[in-house]
Amino acid sequence: MPKSLSPAIKRKPVFKISRKVFSYPYMLVLMLFVIVPTAMLLINAFIYDGEASGENFLLFFQNTVYTDILANSLLVGLLSTIICLVIGYPVAYLLSKFKHGQMLMMIFAIPMWINFLIKTRSLASIFEWLGMDLGAVSVIIGMVYIFLPMMIMPIHTTISNIDKSYVEAARDLGADGITVLFKVILPLSVPGIISGITMVFIPTISSFAITTYLGGGEVELFGDVIYNAYNHDLYGVGSVMSLFMLVFVLVASFAANRFGGENEKGGSLL
Amino acid sequence: MKKALSIAYLVIVALFLYAPILLIVFFSFFGQSGVNFSTQAGFSFDSYAAIFSSPSSGELFTAIANTLIIAAIASVISTVLGAVSAIGIFHLGKRMKKFVNNINQWPIISSEIVTAFSFVLFFSTLGIGNGWVRLIISHVTFCTPYVVLAVMPRLYQMDGNIYEAALDLGASPIRALFSVEIPMLLPGIISGFTMAFTMSLDDFIITQLNKGTTGIETLSTYLYSDGAKRGLEPFWFAVFSIIFVVVLLIILFSNLSKKTMTKKAEGGAKV
Repeated sequence: MPKSLSPAIKRKPVFKISRKVFSYPYMLVLMLFVIVPTAMLLINAFIYDGEASGENFLLFFQNTVYTDILANSLLVGLLSTIICLVIGYPVAYLLSKFKHGQMLMMIFAIPMWINFLIKTRSLASIFEWLGMDLGAVSVIIGMVYIFLPMMIMPIHTTISNIDKSYVEAARDLGADGITVLFKVILPLSVPGIISGITMVFIPTISSFAITTYLGGGEVELFGDVIYNAYNHDLYGVGSVMSLFMLVFVLVASFAANRFGGENEKGGSLL
Repeated sequence: MKKALSIAYLVIVALFLYAPILLIVFFSFFGQSGVNFSTQAGFSFDSYAAIFSSPSSGELFTAIANTLIIAAIASVISTVLGAVSAIGIFHLGKRMKKFVNNINQWPIISSEIVTAFSFVLFFSTLGIGNGWVRLIISHVTFCTPYVVLAVMPRLYQMDGNIYEAALDLGASPIRALFSVEIPMLLPGIISGFTMAFTMSLDDFIITQLNKGTTGIETLSTYLYSDGAKRGLEPFWFAVFSIIFVVVLLIILFSNLSKKTMTKKAEGGAKV
């Protein structure tokens, strides 16, 4: 990218003003449809029966159903993410060693372009056919099946961007293949791992359709409860749970920024 | 030996990702009207015929039409809004630019269910009922950030002097914008449009929560309600298979055309 980004040329002020103006309608849109709804979520969490109170939070924490679901979500999310990482990392690593790794990567990326509902329902049909009992196991298999490409992609990108001279240097200094992998490539691919974890963990606990199809009514995760809250007009509790999700998202994006290195797009949330 | 092992591993993982898809395509031809998995019925196009002949065919086609209508309207609005705004944001002051970019990324980073739920709160508080307007506003809101992100890098790559040159040569700022700047941004705008269209087509969660009780079903929401039954409508396997093939063809085609385009560009550079 050319260095002339920070424009050295001084534009005539009249044009500068005229082009800045193009962003104003969108700022209004962002204000109205992104900031205001999120603020409503915050406010609504603290309103119970028309009055400001922490009642919604009390309801959430006193009801073991909700806290159990929180725990379950974290557990299922964590397990799915770990399995995705364990299966996906070697895929990303091995692909980078092939001459046409970039092309082969396509094979693993294509499933991402197919709607997740279709994939989930297909998998449910396969489980039906195999006579498998639906439950926690089938949910986790489903999560891994749906989100594995999202783990492979970012890791593959970081690994293939690692400067090959590091690997050569390590080899010249006498490191064998395993040492190079664990002492050079693995540490350098941490940013990819972090963004992979974020991309798997958050949707895992929040997407409700997967549990509907694969949970057999036994597994309920955070997404399901928010959806149920919506269905039963329980906007207070729904808001509290959405706030929890927001916290997860913020923590995840903070981690991604903190450990994920420079964000190329320039806009990082924290 | 090592190489064989790693190939074997890759093949196994790829099989895991593709087996359900391939099985569905297989059973779309062999399944007894697609409900039961059995090859007893032999090869047939029954489930494909069911797309047109099933009692629910009407609902299926309405859902497909709705999906396309929403995606088309939302992606066109998002593209115009996103492209124009990207130019505006690019010329904002440094701090404001960072701030707007961060807010712009929020719908992308945030969890879909949270976005959906916040829309529900927003629209029900304002009393904007269920329906097309609400669906299109919410689709535009989560699609536009992708357009902005697609156009932004192009703006950074662009030589600002060209726009200046157009002004110096007597073009009005509007003319310079439409005849110089926008054409140069076109590749970014097109990829932004494609992203917005795909995102809108693909969306399930936000549509599901914001369609309300109007009965506007997209393909995703229709599949969600219909697929919750134990046995699927006979046509679904056929529909799934068609979608797999279409997605595959689009990806192959876009990759091939990208390759030939870069080849052409390289060839042109040599001359």
